[in-house]
Amino acid sequence: MADVVVEQGRVARAAGARKGSSLRNTLGRKSTVAFFLTLPLILLILLLVLYPAFYSLYLATLNKAMTKFVGLGNFTFLFKRETFWMVVKQSCIFAITAVVFKALIGFIVAHFVHNIPGKKQRKWRGMLLVPWVIPPAMSTLAWLWLFDPSYSAFNYTLSFFGVGPIPWLGETFWARFSVILVNVWYGAPFFLIMYLAALKSVPDQLYEAAAIDGANWWQKIWYVTLPMMRNIIAITTLFSLIVTFANFDIVRILTSGGPLDTTHLFATWAFQVGIQSSDIPLGACVSLFMVPILAVAAVFILRDVSKRGNEA
Amino acid sequence: MSRKRLTRRQFVAATAMSSAALITAPYVRGAYAAGKLSIGFWDHWVPGANQASTDLVNEWAAKEKVEVSIDYITSNNKKIELTAAAEAQAKSGHDILQMPSWWPHAYSENLEPLNDVMEPLIKQNGEVNGTVKYLAQSGGKWLAVPATPGSQIKGPCSRIDLMKKYANIDVQEMYPAGSPPKADNWTMDTFLKAAEACQKGGFPFGIGLGETTDSVDTAGAIFQSFGAELVNAKGDITVKTDQVRQAMEYYKKLIAFLPPDAPSWDDASNNKWLISGRGALIMNPPSAWAVAKRDAPQVAEQCWTHGFPAGPKGRFAPFLPYFWGVWSFGKNKEAAKSLLVHLSSPSAIEKFVSVSGGYDLPAYANLTKLKTWAEEGPPKGTLFHYPDPYHQQTLSIAASPAPPKIAQQIYFQATLTKMGLRFARGETLEQALAWAEGECEGFMRS
Repeated sequence: MADVVVEQGRVARAAGARKGSSLRNTLGRKSTVAFFLTLPLILLILLLVLYPAFYSLYLATLNKAMTKFVGLGNFTFLFKRETFWMVVKQSCIFAITAVVFKALIGFIVAHFVHNIPGKKQRKWRGMLLVPWVIPPAMSTLAWLWLFDPSYSAFNYTLSFFGVGPIPWLGETFWARFSVILVNVWYGAPFFLIMYLAALKSVPDQLYEAAAIDGANWWQKIWYVTLPMMRNIIAITTLFSLIVTFANFDIVRILTSGGPLDTTHLFATWAFQVGIQSSDIPLGACVSLFMVPILAVAAVFILRDVSKRGNEA
Repeated sequence: MSRKRLTRRQFVAATAMSSAALITAPYVRGAYAAGKLSIGFWDHWVPGANQASTDLVNEWAAKEKVEVSIDYITSNNKKIELTAAAEAQAKSGHDILQMPSWWPHAYSENLEPLNDVMEPLIKQNGEVNGTVKYLAQSGGKWLAVPATPGSQIKGPCSRIDLMKKYANIDVQEMYPAGSPPKADNWTMDTFLKAAEACQKGGFPFGIGLGETTDSVDTAGAIFQSFGAELVNAKGDITVKTDQVRQAMEYYKKLIAFLPPDAPSWDDASNNKWLISGRGALIMNPPSAWAVAKRDAPQVAEQCWTHGFPAGPKGRFAPFLPYFWGVWSFGKNKEAAKSLLVHLSSPSAIEKFVSVSGGYDLPAYANLTKLKTWAEEGPPKGTLFHYPDPYHQQTLSIAASPAPPKIAQQIYFQATLTKMGLRFARGETLEQALAWAEGECEGFMRS
């Protein structure tokens, strides 16, 4: 509101001034300055996000040879493919399972870290963030060696207990387990840091009041912590869901979609169809399928956030 | 405003003088008189092999007065395929781009016809094999030139000692260095028996069942040796035939003797299998042997590269060529063609083969007996039969003879290994065939 008052005051003064000063006024407005400051980012988004997005929409309407407009023909073709529906199912299993575990682990560990006093907490925070700051292509290679079909360090260790060998990447169940595990390992620190920040912003008085009312630790979490963190939980979940759904590197490096396509996600299958099989329009179509699924999730999650915002 | 008129006499005199000056003037050629040429080469895995390419290009550039720039593009994570896709879309990029097997057909509309390069090269170096024609020719038009760097046969590389001990097969006697093979008994049945014996002896054959090229190439050669085609040359789906059923039955029996984690193998897994001493045979070019020579010399000393077993329809070996293509939108096509002729000369090819330790393979019939393959070791002569010097195998690529744009999808979607694995994991033969048929129907898009 303060911004509007200032604007109105300036407009009132400018009414009697010469025409030349109106340009200066326009440029002097906070909103104009803000626009110019964000302009580089807007241009960047136009160039790197919107243009490719619309271009892929255009590509998705072409035939395989990219010489003819086929409208929604590629989409109807995909609907008839068994592998496509398998990829839809697998992407949902992968994203939902991974996000749930990341959120759960992030939440629990954030509480542990929150309760560590001062200096030590900083060390733990730093150490726990390590998986998130290592480029995933690199860390996934290390995981690949741990899961290696023939020389798995995990299998070597398990052999001492008379267990295994487990075909980590060769059987559908274990392959899905492995790619989800690596994604959880990589993404949990993001939840941890967000939840830790949220925990720190919960006023101590609320816990004190709850303690006076005789609340146990579980009731404090349920009636104080969780309601205070709801918005953060919703936003991080949405953000992570988008990133996890669009995951490429982990699956590509660990399984390349195998065995028998049972770990393919939208991005890895789009790459296989579009780049490796030279069917770019169909590849574009596959990757575009993430948009409606994520849009529905975004609408639900963000609607809830704004509702709570209005209530507040 | 006065205007000076040029008389006919003045015009003739001026023209004659200019012509005389042009003809008699000394020919001054600048440092880069023939323009610029931009090249994208495959980044060779053998240390020093890129330098050989650079030297050959520079030697040509100095002679032809062309300014060249070379980018070495790794094949890791499909960087070459991505580069080709991007350049074909943008209609801009390198003048020459080295591309893997299926790409000349994939970008046939964007490639300059190279008949004027290929025809003299065939006269000079001998006929090219059928796979090269299949992958690089379209309607009588040569789309690309077979590149020696990177081209390979993925035949068996056996452990001499383990094959002798467990399968009672002397691979050196079967494929003697310096003389023609005596491999009449080296059939699919013998191969299966050997696989079983070695597996029982604790050294299974290291053949992948994954979705990467090594796995698919082996499956392709096995299917072809039974005459099994998922899609024939005319583009008809031929999944439910006796030949495919026969090949599937055989493949299932073989799968039972392979390592249990073979379905998750990538192109590095078989190399590791051999180098670690865990297996008696892999299907690979000599890269695994070359690494073993460095890291596990006791294993390398026992390695012998040789021909593929024969099936009822012949002896097929997986051949995976690289190609040099010239974009039709390239800026210096004539210089590009001239360079490709230079890089395909016998001396250049000999250099490529030599610096790659025998890994690189020319596609020309007259160039399969170079001294590098005879001399490489230990053991001496281990690579002698790698280039199929006596032309006893049909060099082929999985999914052929289907039209290349369909075959490329069968190949990269690993339909052959997947259908075999489905069958081996409990689906009935008819279920696996029905699945493959459905997949092939999907590949018919144009």
